[in-house]
Amino acid sequence: MDLKKTFEHDEEVLLRPIREVNRNYYITVAVLSLIVAWAFFAYFYQFKWGLGVTGLNRPVYWGFYITNFVFFIGISHAGTLISAILRIAQAEWRRAITRSAEVITVMVIFFGVASILMDLGRPDRIFNIIESGRFQSPLLWDVTSITCYLTASTVYLYLPLIPDIAIMRDKVNKRKWLYNVLSLGWTGTPKQFKRLELVISVMAILVIPVAVSVHTVVSFVFAMTVQPMWHSAIFGPYFVVGAIYSGIAALIIAMALIRWVYKLDNYLKDIHFQNLGLLLFVMTLLWTYFTFSEYLTTFYGAEPTHMAVFWSKFSGEYMVEFWGMIVCCFVIPVIFLSNRKLRTMTGMMISSIAITIGMWLERFIIVVPTLANPRLPYERGAYHPSWVELSLLAGCFAFFILLYVLFTKFFPIVSIWEIQEGRQHAVSEVSERVRTYLPDDHTDGGETQPFPTEQMESARS
Amino acid sequence: MAKWGMVIDLDKCTACQACVIACQAENNIPNSDPEAARTGRNIHWMEMLPMVEEEYPHLRMRLMPRPCMHCEKPPCIKVCPVNATQISSEGIVGQINARCIGCRYCTTACPYTVKYFNWFKPKWPEVMEHQLNPDVQVRYIGVVEKCTFCHHRLQKGRDLARYEGRELGPDDYMPACVQTCPADAMYFGDLDNPKSSVAILSKSKRAFHLLEDLGTHPKVTYLSEGV
Repeated sequence: MDLKKTFEHDEEVLLRPIREVNRNYYITVAVLSLIVAWAFFAYFYQFKWGLGVTGLNRPVYWGFYITNFVFFIGISHAGTLISAILRIAQAEWRRAITRSAEVITVMVIFFGVASILMDLGRPDRIFNIIESGRFQSPLLWDVTSITCYLTASTVYLYLPLIPDIAIMRDKVNKRKWLYNVLSLGWTGTPKQFKRLELVISVMAILVIPVAVSVHTVVSFVFAMTVQPMWHSAIFGPYFVVGAIYSGIAALIIAMALIRWVYKLDNYLKDIHFQNLGLLLFVMTLLWTYFTFSEYLTTFYGAEPTHMAVFWSKFSGEYMVEFWGMIVCCFVIPVIFLSNRKLRTMTGMMISSIAITIGMWLERFIIVVPTLANPRLPYERGAYHPSWVELSLLAGCFAFFILLYVLFTKFFPIVSIWEIQEGRQHAVSEVSERVRTYLPDDHTDGGETQPFPTEQMESARS
Repeated sequence: MAKWGMVIDLDKCTACQACVIACQAENNIPNSDPEAARTGRNIHWMEMLPMVEEEYPHLRMRLMPRPCMHCEKPPCIKVCPVNATQISSEGIVGQINARCIGCRYCTTACPYTVKYFNWFKPKWPEVMEHQLNPDVQVRYIGVVEKCTFCHHRLQKGRDLARYEGRELGPDDYMPACVQTCPADAMYFGDLDNPKSSVAILSKSKRAFHLLEDLGTHPKVTYLSEGV
């Protein structure tokens, strides 16, 4: 009966953000809504007067919006992909973090898609993509892949939510009708659990290739052209690595804020952050490796058109952004994450924020300098974003945070049933699993014996 | 089937820019203004490309008229998500303004940067509104546009030839820039017809193409001594 009490405590703590609504919440929502409203105004301004109100020009036809598109789609790799990998790898520490990760994915994809809509000269003709779509165009690959990813991620977020919605239906006195509908008549029978686990694991496997394809085809938008420093074979994996990298950083920031605001120190523990921090460090090194390969091959090949772009990044007009990226994505994370003493919560927060900024800069530094240095000797382009583009960037961030905050007020941000399942089954399952890794011991009726340390010691002496 | 192409003899070209103006007038392209030039929003289907060779004191500067290259393998049509830019059976790369969604993928994919975007609604001084060319559509806001080799003139010429019951002759179709060139430096015609001036000139020893090594097979050939 002890377990039952613990379960009730879990539900009590994890449902508290839904039951209680305080002033800070309203203030947060109000501030975020204001920024979003401003962004809507900026968008309608652009819609009315045309893309001329941005800083875009010829030859820099793409700027902030495409940067945001790549960035947000990159962040979306935080959730579903990481969660799916951890589930398949049976990493037990995943239980507390999968939900918050999956929500990032679903919410942030909308802003990736929105960024493309903002970038269109004729958003009113968007359905031409269906009416006269051409599958030879990498943009259509994007549309297909991202739609697929959004659908799969939403399903993958929803499935593990069902048992939690059922808990809320039974125990929360709010929005009964909503939880009633969404719980799909879940009663928690073993048969239901068995089916649920089956679909979740099928989805986890399905969603990985989709996630990888998403950022690969995003990179293909650039890599399929012949433009200098875009036409690169490593862009696919480079973008996927960058996406996971920025995704984990965003996840750490989100989790730290959740833990701080809702006081979930006992659920989102230091060990979770430590594990994610190590993962982040691995991604830092991988990203650096890719960046190094990409720039060194360009430099060594030294084709003049490529070098024009290279120097504009390295020591020219985009120097600040380029070196800012190196500092944010390499120097700061390596300092804070490689060292156990510095890999504290503060250290990880500093690195994660730096990486988020740095990865945005990376996207910018890929999109703009290539366009600003066309092959033919035109006047070199310059790009300075206007207030519209800055407002829409702020608006996207604010809207994303707003949706995330609202989610935490409607659904538990830490999966209750998975924690409970962990308490009930995982400990014994894991020790059973570890036992299967070890060589069988037949000396004592097939029972595995503890390692005879003392006998070894005495034998040695 | 004809394969339309252009030859520009740089040894004859005086860089007078009459072709640029003829193009603006023929194709309903809004006037340039200093503000648009400063922000990179000017539209010039035909533009003078400043080629600076060597360095001071041996500096050689020359201006090359640069229309769309009408590549045989255009990088721009490969990437269009909605089939709004296409190459016709006669090799003219066109833009369907009414279908374009303004994603500007073709403008970024073009290695010659010859595609232009309507950042604002195109407008003219009031007196000039009445002298727009009725044969050419005025573009919408938010779509991409480009040189069409004055495709409307081909349609007109073909209609005329059909009306007169004869084949389309070499003088029936000529873009405005070629027609206007006072130095007679520009030639236009059917590259598939071995007797046409463009077919002969494009095999000249002086012939070269812009960014030939990209494999786009441009149908605009330049002639210059010493290349």
